[in-house]
Amino acid sequence: MARPLTYSQALNEALALALERDPAVYLMGLGVPDPKGIFGTTLGLAQRFGAARVFDMPCSENAMTGVAIGSALAGLRPVMTHQRIDFALLAVEQIVNQAAKWHYMFGGRMRVPLVIRMLIGRGWGQGPQHAQCLHAWFAHVPGLKVVLPATPSDAKGLLLASVADNNPIVFLEHRWLHNVSGDVPEGYYTVPLGRARVARPGKDVTLVATSYMTLEALRAAELLAPLAIEAEVIDLRTISPLDTATIVQSVRRTGRLVVADLGTRSFGIGGEIVARVAETDPTLLKSPPARVSPPDLPTPTSPVLANLYYPRAIHLVAAVRRQLGLPTDPADLTPAPTARLDVPDPSFAGPF
Amino acid sequence: MNLTMSESEPALLLRLYRELVRLRVVEERIAELYPEQDMRCPVHLSIGQEAVPVGVCAHLGPADYALSGHRSHGHYLAKGGDLRAMLAEIYGRATGCSRGKGGSMHLVDLEAGFLGATPIVGSTIPIAVGAALGAAMRGEPRLSVAFFGEGATEEGVFHESLNFATLKRLPVLFVCENNLYSVYSPLEVRQPPGRSVRDLAAGHGLATASGDGNDVLAVYRLAGEAIARIRRGEGPALLEFATYRWREHCGPNYDNQLGYRTEAEFRQWQARCPLSRARAALEAAGVSAAELEAAELAPRAEVDAAVAYAKASPYPNAADLASDLYAAAAPAPNPELPPHSWPAP
Repeated sequence: MARPLTYSQALNEALALALERDPAVYLMGLGVPDPKGIFGTTLGLAQRFGAARVFDMPCSENAMTGVAIGSALAGLRPVMTHQRIDFALLAVEQIVNQAAKWHYMFGGRMRVPLVIRMLIGRGWGQGPQHAQCLHAWFAHVPGLKVVLPATPSDAKGLLLASVADNNPIVFLEHRWLHNVSGDVPEGYYTVPLGRARVARPGKDVTLVATSYMTLEALRAAELLAPLAIEAEVIDLRTISPLDTATIVQSVRRTGRLVVADLGTRSFGIGGEIVARVAETDPTLLKSPPARVSPPDLPTPTSPVLANLYYPRAIHLVAAVRRQLGLPTDPADLTPAPTARLDVPDPSFAGPF
Repeated sequence: MNLTMSESEPALLLRLYRELVRLRVVEERIAELYPEQDMRCPVHLSIGQEAVPVGVCAHLGPADYALSGHRSHGHYLAKGGDLRAMLAEIYGRATGCSRGKGGSMHLVDLEAGFLGATPIVGSTIPIAVGAALGAAMRGEPRLSVAFFGEGATEEGVFHESLNFATLKRLPVLFVCENNLYSVYSPLEVRQPPGRSVRDLAAGHGLATASGDGNDVLAVYRLAGEAIARIRRGEGPALLEFATYRWREHCGPNYDNQLGYRTEAEFRQWQARCPLSRARAALEAAGVSAAELEAAELAPRAEVDAAVAYAKASPYPNAADLASDLYAAAAPAPNPELPPHSWPAP
C-alpha cells in the first residue's frame, strides 16, 4: 500500500528499514542524531536503534570517510551524511583515491559498501559555499556510483538499493526536495541503480533532468502542453551508471533534446548526454540540443542575483521554443528584482 | 611469527633476526633485479628500517589488521603477507596479490590480515581506525595497526584519526617510523624543533612511547607493552621509532650524491644497522657462527623461488582491464577475512 510521504519522511523510513534488516548498517555524520535530524531524515533513529549504530562525528570529514571505508572492509555497511556537499569536499581524497578505487586496485579482493549522502541545492542565500551541485565531479570518477532521486518513492527505493549495493555510492539530495510529497509504497523495496524513469511521456521533445530539475522539467511540460507541444520528461535518477538507452530511445522518437541540471554548465551532465546521443547517431537530432543549467559562476547570495543564476521551467520552455523556431522574449526570462524565488514553498523560511 | 616472553632472550632475538634477514634479502634482491626494467612500477625500499615491522608484527596474529603506505614491503611481509604474491604484483602479473592492478604501492593479503597499503601519505591511517571500529562494533577482539612515516603526521587526517580513535577508545596501534626525510625534504623544514610525533599523539590523549627503531628488541618490547594495553581495552596507542632509510626514496639506488643529506649522517645510521646490531647481540649471547650463517642463508631459497614464480607467471589478459571496477551484489561481509581469534598466548 502506498501512502503520501514527504521525501524526507521517505528517506527516514528507508534508513529505519536498512538498520532493521541488517545489523551491519550504521549511520554517522555531523548532526545525524541532533534535534533537527538532517532535515528530518534521521529523526528518531538514534532513539530506536541506539547510539552505537546512529551517531554524530567530529568535524573530520576526511578521516571519518576513511573510518567508514575501514569499517566497510571489516564487514560493516556505513551510511555517512554531509549536510552540504561543500563539506564533503574535505573528504574528496578518501572518496576519490581510496573508496572509489579500493575494489579495483586490490584486484577485486575487497569491497567498500559505503553510502555517502550529500545535500545539494539552493535557497535562502546559501551562497557560494553552501549550495554547490558538484555531482558531475563524482560521476567522473570510475568506481563511484552517483544517485540523485527526485521523488519520495525513488528516494526510499534508491536509498535502500544503495545501502544494499557493495560499492561506494554518492547519494545526493536536493534541499528543495525534502518537503515534496508523493505516494510511497510501504515496506522494503529497491529501485535499481542505473535506470532512468520516464516521468511524463511525450513525442515532440525530450527533456532530460536530474534531481530537483525534474520538477522544473515537469512544470515546463505543463507549460508546453497548451502550445500542443508534448514534452517527454526523463528523470535520470542515477548519473553513474548512466542509462543511455532510455535517453536515446526517447530522442529517437522526439528528435529534440534539452538537458536540465543544476551543475554549472561546462563539463557537466548536459555535455555528457549530448555527446552520448551524438555518438550513438548524429542524425537523431532535428535541431541543436540545449543545456539548461546555471552559468559558469559561483552561486551568489543576494536573492536578486540568485534569481538570475538559477534556471527554472521557463528556461526549459524557452529552449524548446528556440528548437521549434518559435519566438522567445528574453524579458520573459528575467525575473522582477522583487520576485521571491529563493524558496520552494512558504514552509521553507529563514534563518534556515 | 608469534613470540612469547617465556622464550629465552637469545631464542627470541634469533627468531626476530631471521625475519630481519628475510626482509633485507627480499629487498636487496628487488634492488638487484630492478635494473632489468621488468618491475615496471615504483619501488620504495625499507632497507635499514626492518626492525620496526619485525618487532611490531611479532605480537600480531592473522586476525589482527594492518595497513601501510608507499613503503610497505616490510609491513606486508612481517605481517605474514605472501612473498610470491608480492613479487608477482611488483612484476605486474595476474598472480600478484592485487592481480596486477596495484603494484608495489598497493599490497594486500587478507589471509594475513594485511588489509592494504596505498601511497597517499597518511591516507590509510583513518582506514586502520575504521577497521578497528568495525571490529569493535562486531564484537571481534581484533587489533588494528597503522604504519606510517613522520611525514604523515603533518597531514590533517593523522590528527583527525587520532582524535576519533581516542574518542571511541578504539583498539588501534599507530606506528610512526620517523626516518627524518620526506623524499628529499628534511624534518627540520617540515616540523618545528623540540616537538616530537609522540608529543603530538600525547596531546590527542593517546598512550605513547618512543624508542630506537633500529633495535629490534627495543621495538619488540615497546610494541608488546602497547599492544597488551590496547588488548586490555585501554584505548589506542602511538609508538614513534627513530630509523633511517638507506636507499633513495623511490628506486633501488643510493642517492647521497644528491646532497640532500650528508654522507657522514648516512654512515652514522648505517653503523646502527638493525641486522648487525641483532647479530652482535646474538654473538655475545653465544649463538654460534654456524647458526647465524644458517639464518642468513635460509631466506635465499625462498626468495629465489618467489622471483622465479613471479617471472614465470602470466600477465593479466585484456579482459582484466575492465574487471573489478564494481563489486558484485554479493552479501557482505568479506568472506576472505579470517575468522577472528586471539594470537596464541
